[in-house]
Amino acid sequence: MLERRGHNGPAFRFSKEMLSVDNLEVFHGPIKAVHGISFKIDAGQCVALLGPNGAGKTSTISAITGIARATGQVLFEGSDISKTPVEARIQRGISVSPEGRRVFANLTVEENLRLGSAASDSNTKTSIAEFFDTFPILGERRHQSAGTLSGGEQQMLAIARALIAKPRILLLDEPSLGLAPKIVGQIFSLIGDLKAKGITILLVEQNAAQALRLSDYVYFLNNGRIAAEGTAESLGKSDTLMAELTGIS
Amino acid sequence: MEYLAQQMMNAFAFGAEYALLALGLAIVFSIMGLVNFAHGEMIAVGGYSMVAMAALSLGNPMIVIGFALLAAVVASVTLERVAFRPVRYADPTTGLLTAFGVSIILQNLFLLLVSPRPIAVTSLYFLEWSIPIGMVSISSLQLFEALTTIIVIVALMLFLRQTSLGLAMRAAALDFEMVRLTGIRANRVFAMAFMISGMLAGIACIFIMARRGSVDPHLGFDPVLKAFVACVVGGFGSLPGAVLGGFLLGVVEVAMLVLLPQSLGGMTDAFVFGIIALVLVWRPNGILAARAEKGDKQ
Repeated sequence: MLERRGHNGPAFRFSKEMLSVDNLEVFHGPIKAVHGISFKIDAGQCVALLGPNGAGKTSTISAITGIARATGQVLFEGSDISKTPVEARIQRGISVSPEGRRVFANLTVEENLRLGSAASDSNTKTSIAEFFDTFPILGERRHQSAGTLSGGEQQMLAIARALIAKPRILLLDEPSLGLAPKIVGQIFSLIGDLKAKGITILLVEQNAAQALRLSDYVYFLNNGRIAAEGTAESLGKSDTLMAELTGIS
Repeated sequence: MEYLAQQMMNAFAFGAEYALLALGLAIVFSIMGLVNFAHGEMIAVGGYSMVAMAALSLGNPMIVIGFALLAAVVASVTLERVAFRPVRYADPTTGLLTAFGVSIILQNLFLLLVSPRPIAVTSLYFLEWSIPIGMVSISSLQLFEALTTIIVIVALMLFLRQTSLGLAMRAAALDFEMVRLTGIRANRVFAMAFMISGMLAGIACIFIMARRGSVDPHLGFDPVLKAFVACVVGGFGSLPGAVLGGFLLGVVEVAMLVLLPQSLGGMTDAFVFGIIALVLVWRPNGILAARAEKGDKQ
């Protein structure tokens, strides 16, 4: 079941490969933010990308969604999507809850969710009603402008907006950023629930302790390169790495 | 009393026309950050399509109106595809220069291919007659214009609130990249914005042609300039701002026409723009300036 990889090879193999990134290089103008990284996520896994600011985590997410200019190969369920437009990647089942939440502040909570489900084939009305059962606080605020929600509520809305499209894989970019510790706990509890439901998750985080607790496999990025990788358990045994990780959490 | 009622109706009709055109500019600007100065040429395209209808002896008013609307919409969507799509993600200055270029090219095409002189369009005169209401008599054309504008604004509001594409357009005004990340195709959003913009220009064209009775290559310049001013006053990028700015400009313009003594009659525009400048001193970003925050609390 577990297949260790070489230096730049694939991580390990579960039953079905969902997303695979090979020799990915990401550019912001003339600046190279990510230097040829490779990793894999199998169906149902929660994989974390950890690392300090500027490590290339968000750039990697942007390359997977097609927003950032990148070279290398991105395989989604076995198909090469490296040249696929952003919208088509999302329609194929990649959803993102971006850094900074980026809810549509001028739209109501319900309108944000409607927009999230607009490109999917799901029955929108049923889905939104179901979501208000899962996220009762959003149900209470359904007619409220998203810009008036608290930071934690906005983060829940951003995750709900990504989930309502019924994605094959969920990309969560810094879901705990800028939130109070109590709210961070709630957000990670929510992510734990999603994982328990079998949703494939790529989690980008600076909060190493929480991310290690949830993830099946962890990649530690530094200066646009994978500096270390392994299961949360194995990484937790490395004192040097833990000092570095907890220092940034 | 009759005079006052007539002037109020004038102000409302002027304001309605400016509001329609300003909405057309604002809807494209809010999504693309492009001030489409070629918007005025869509009015001219509508006008020349009426000339073409007359030349083909197709005088049925419904056909003429329908064809003018269609021509303006097709021209607007074609311009998006041909001229603006290649510069979609370029610097706003590039888009602005492209819009000026397109405007000049279209005006010169009208000059070369049609005529530099005004051409009469008589097929819409039937829209103008006098409606007596009590002691007051108002123009049917002005009434149609005001009613049409109200219907268009309500329809646009419903579209923007009730449909997925409408929601995407509102969201795109705030964060276009995030709209793409919900899987909605950018091309559809842009094409719809230009389609609506062309439709609004076509509707305005019908009333302008019914009032003026002629079309010339520079027909669109003055209306689009006024629409631009209306957008600035209302707050560029804000759709309610465009409507408010349009009606405000109509009211101020008619008020100046009525209130200024005859000796200052030639300076109406100077006074109008002077008042607009004062409004901008009070509210530099326009009365209902669009919000710029991205997802944070407001």
